[in-house]
Amino acid sequence: MSLYQLQKFLFDLNRDPSVQAEYRKDAAALVQRYHLSEEERDAIVRGDVGLIYVLGANGQLLMHFAAFLGMPWPAYIQSMRDGIVKHGPVRAGIYAMTTTVDEKVAGV
Amino acid sequence: MSLVFAGICSHAPGITGRADMAAADVREPLYAAFRGMQQQLEAARPDALIIIAAEHFANFFMNNMPSFAIGMSDEYHGPIEDPGWLRIARTAVPGNAQLSRELIQEIMQTVDVAYAEEWKFDHGIMVPLHFLTPRFDVPVIPVNINCQGPPLAPLHRAWAFGEALRRAADRVPQRIALVGTGGISHWPATPDSGRINEAWDRDFLARWSRNDREAMLSYSDRDTYRDAGQGGFEIRTFISVAAAARGKGELRHYAPIPIFAVGCTVATMDVAP
Repeated sequence: MSLYQLQKFLFDLNRDPSVQAEYRKDAAALVQRYHLSEEERDAIVRGDVGLIYVLGANGQLLMHFAAFLGMPWPAYIQSMRDGIVKHGPVRAGIYAMTTTVDEKVAGV
Repeated sequence: MSLVFAGICSHAPGITGRADMAAADVREPLYAAFRGMQQQLEAARPDALIIIAAEHFANFFMNNMPSFAIGMSDEYHGPIEDPGWLRIARTAVPGNAQLSRELIQEIMQTVDVAYAEEWKFDHGIMVPLHFLTPRFDVPVIPVNINCQGPPLAPLHRAWAFGEALRRAADRVPQRIALVGTGGISHWPATPDSGRINEAWDRDFLARWSRNDREAMLSYSDRDTYRDAGQGGFEIRTFISVAAAARGKGELRHYAPIPIFAVGCTVATMDVAP
């Protein structure tokens, strides 16, 4: 259930400038509105794209959170690999990694 | 009237957003193919463009996810993404609510569809429009097929939806163009972004080009996920176009461009009676 809530947060943030402003002002308060695990709350507040990827968030939702955080494309791709190295394989969803951590299929 | 144009193309956000990260000699032939498709579309003098996309949680979410949804508004807006990220400026795009209503009413004779009087276009529609109707002056009727949040409608329902769309288009007086957008094999928004199964893509495009219904509907989602990634679920949009057009397809461009995360595709299909 809380993966759904994590994704709901990303959906809300991607669509709604007022949620984006709230995130920038007080992310810790904003995440209290969602039924999240402590790990999920911390990942959002820290902007930990790698961990959110491992938790199983849909990649299309996460891609725009990374852009919102100002991450250039190569850094965004690398953050997901770093998340795998640190936290292990993707735990849910349909966005699992199928390449190896050293395999940069698009050169980034 | 009926369909006056049918085609398919890629919609990956990298095609515009990461244009400068691709070598000119791979990027420019794709852009030229898009320009060719634009010219064909213009020559068909459409009154409206139905664009079947596979959106990515811009409008529809798992709180209430339709398998098939159609826009029913006189105006849409996009892109919902950061325009700097996509490198497409925010703009209004005309729709045609009355035409949408007539099409939806007829489609509902055989396929249950959701309708939406609000719709913000994401890259799945904005990237194709950027190339195909660059002045955003052709009324657009957006269609979404859920290819993101399983359970997904079976492929034979995408076919049935395409048939219903054609039947509806045949019953209105307007000249209707139809474009399906999506990826074939791809693993976007993962560390695998740029992985492309060219052999799988070419095999699918061959099935599409000869409009081989049985061959197109023979994929299981499990096999597609294994061989073509989660992005491969978007073949539903191409299958609907084949069902609507009923003709033979012509592949205008296909080239894997890893930094664009997809085998970049432009194809048209004859509209059979």
